[in-house]
Amino acid sequence: MSSTVVPVDSVVPDTRGRYGPYGGRYVPETLMAPLEELERVYADASADPAFHAQLDTLLHDFAGRPTPLQFAARLTEHLGGARIYIKREDLLHTGAHKINNCLGQGLLAVRMGKKRVIAETGAGQHGVATATVAALLGLSCTVYMGTEDMERQRLNVNRMRLLGSEVIGVDSGSRTLKDAINEAMRDWVTNVRTSHYLLGSVLGAHPYPQIVRDFHKIIGEEAREQILAREKRLPDFLFACVGGGSNAIGLFNAFLGDATVKMVGVEAGGRGKSLGEHAARLATARGFSGARPGVLQGTYTYVLQTADGQIATTHSVSAGLDYPAIGPEHAWLADLGRAEYTAVTNEEAIDAAKTLARIEGIIPALESAHAVAELIRRAPKMRKSEIVILNLSGRGDKDMETLSRYV
Amino acid sequence: MSEAATPESSSAAGGRASAVPTATGRIARRFRDLAAAGELGLVAYITAGDPSLDATEKIVLAAAGAGADIIELGVPFSDPVADGPTIQRASDRALRAGTTLAGVIDVVRRVRSRSQVPLILFSYFNPILQMGLDQFADAAAAAGADGVLATDLTIEEAGGYRGVMHARGLDTIFLAAPTSTDERLARIAEFSSGFLYLISRTGVTGTRDALPEDLPALARRVRRLTKLPLAVGFGISSPSHVSVLGGIADAAVVGSALVAEIEKAASAEDAANNVAERVRILKRAAREGVSRRSSEPA
Repeated sequence: MSSTVVPVDSVVPDTRGRYGPYGGRYVPETLMAPLEELERVYADASADPAFHAQLDTLLHDFAGRPTPLQFAARLTEHLGGARIYIKREDLLHTGAHKINNCLGQGLLAVRMGKKRVIAETGAGQHGVATATVAALLGLSCTVYMGTEDMERQRLNVNRMRLLGSEVIGVDSGSRTLKDAINEAMRDWVTNVRTSHYLLGSVLGAHPYPQIVRDFHKIIGEEAREQILAREKRLPDFLFACVGGGSNAIGLFNAFLGDATVKMVGVEAGGRGKSLGEHAARLATARGFSGARPGVLQGTYTYVLQTADGQIATTHSVSAGLDYPAIGPEHAWLADLGRAEYTAVTNEEAIDAAKTLARIEGIIPALESAHAVAELIRRAPKMRKSEIVILNLSGRGDKDMETLSRYV
Repeated sequence: MSEAATPESSSAAGGRASAVPTATGRIARRFRDLAAAGELGLVAYITAGDPSLDATEKIVLAAAGAGADIIELGVPFSDPVADGPTIQRASDRALRAGTTLAGVIDVVRRVRSRSQVPLILFSYFNPILQMGLDQFADAAAAAGADGVLATDLTIEEAGGYRGVMHARGLDTIFLAAPTSTDERLARIAEFSSGFLYLISRTGVTGTRDALPEDLPALARRVRRLTKLPLAVGFGISSPSHVSVLGGIADAAVVGSALVAEIEKAASAEDAANNVAERVRILKRAAREGVSRRSSEPA
């Protein structure tokens, strides 16, 4: 891992896994033992140079790191404002940033002697990355996926099966990511002694939000070095989409100590502002309703819910952002005012995907297209001397069925 | 942006020493009576609001009348990660019928006006948190509830909660698991009052054919660490399970098997009758269990 740039001695989370008031551990007692084991093994691995060397080699040789920081000349010219750089996580093996975390947790699973991994997936990118790493490391793998998501991300279902993983459809609730996590947790609580739950975002009980962040912070570390080499200064803005928030945290983390760098997380505005029509947890300034702090799937954070504390259904054209809670560190960054959270609609995201395809020759994942849309909204109003970095977290091959309806 | 309750907000300090509130409460008294009779207790779990709160009232009274020693009223939740398919479906039905935590607390009040059976609210944490710990505890205690169990609330996160519940005389029951270390088991017992709920196996709720082979050893391990009565649940459904538990535990918790009776029933009356019949059969096994202590009168 790059060691020349360590800008932030991050103080979060505390020993109880808290980011301010957010985070913590809210799980059935059966899962406390594996969480404590994971915390112990992760601390041990973090202090072990051999672990880092092994992970670095896999990130480099297998996943394709470092990813480029591309100056988007035509998009910059087209929008007529800020100078736009794109962090090309979409070029990684399996097509998204998710592989960073999967390689890290895969090695932890091996270290714990677990022969099987369980994963949830929304867009299928985390599922594919987990299936890939399971194949690479010789682990057996079961992936839970909502049946609605299996429908709209069929290509990824086939990829996971080709890689030797079992994909189990989940038909409860809104048949999307939240329900897949419920089912993955039920599998984990049952097979806790033999299986590692390879959680795919900065969600869940401590230490998951921390571990997943740490495995993705290489995105920001690289981007920071790359922009300093290229522009001899830090960027003014960072843009990233936020479902659970792993790619955003991965980019933001290295810049948290740089007061001049502003950060924008872009949530799914879906097709309306009332509860059930969107997946915007923190973009309350834009009028989205229904999010309050609460406990879901192991962590205390902003959750879309009813007045009675039942978790709401969500909607987004992007399966990876279609989730009612947000990572606890994002909730804390929002409360602190350190990062800003906003949302774009389905339509704006699809238009942005088309724009990026035609102007830069990059078809983004629908998740990442949300960040592109916010950039398109803001860049024209920015000065030409300003610099922005967009995290292009994934590529859009998986979304061709959805996108082809709009071509 | 922070209008809602935080898990720690409460009028009662988390760490304050609170005596076990209800040594004279209904739960403690019931376990003393059971011990005196040398009898295994039967804890009956019912998902409240399935198919309606009126039906739940009838079913609970029928179960109590048929010999259930303690009733756990399950508060339905949209995302019941600790539950298997039977209770997931019951929760769905209850939520579709419009069940809220306030409505479940009202059922406690209605049952309490007609029965002295010990009542426990069994919930995921979020509905309690959204009502507010203080408001919840006030309402539950006023309605006549005896205890609270929050499935996904670990002792690490329960400091404030425990103080608030105990201040209203509500017992706090926590889950102990086969994966819990001795150190955790001791702390869980310290946080618990009324009884300790031991999960029989790794997994979610739901009926199973056989009890796990390591259950007796697990129960002995817990016994060494606490004097609290021990109730064993998860996968307990048949008279033979209950019969075997006689030598191991102070009570058996039966949930999915009763909820399945409600699911099958054509009406609330049928549901109440079927649950009562099932409770009678299980309670008979609890009284006559093959492995009851030899000191027990025949």
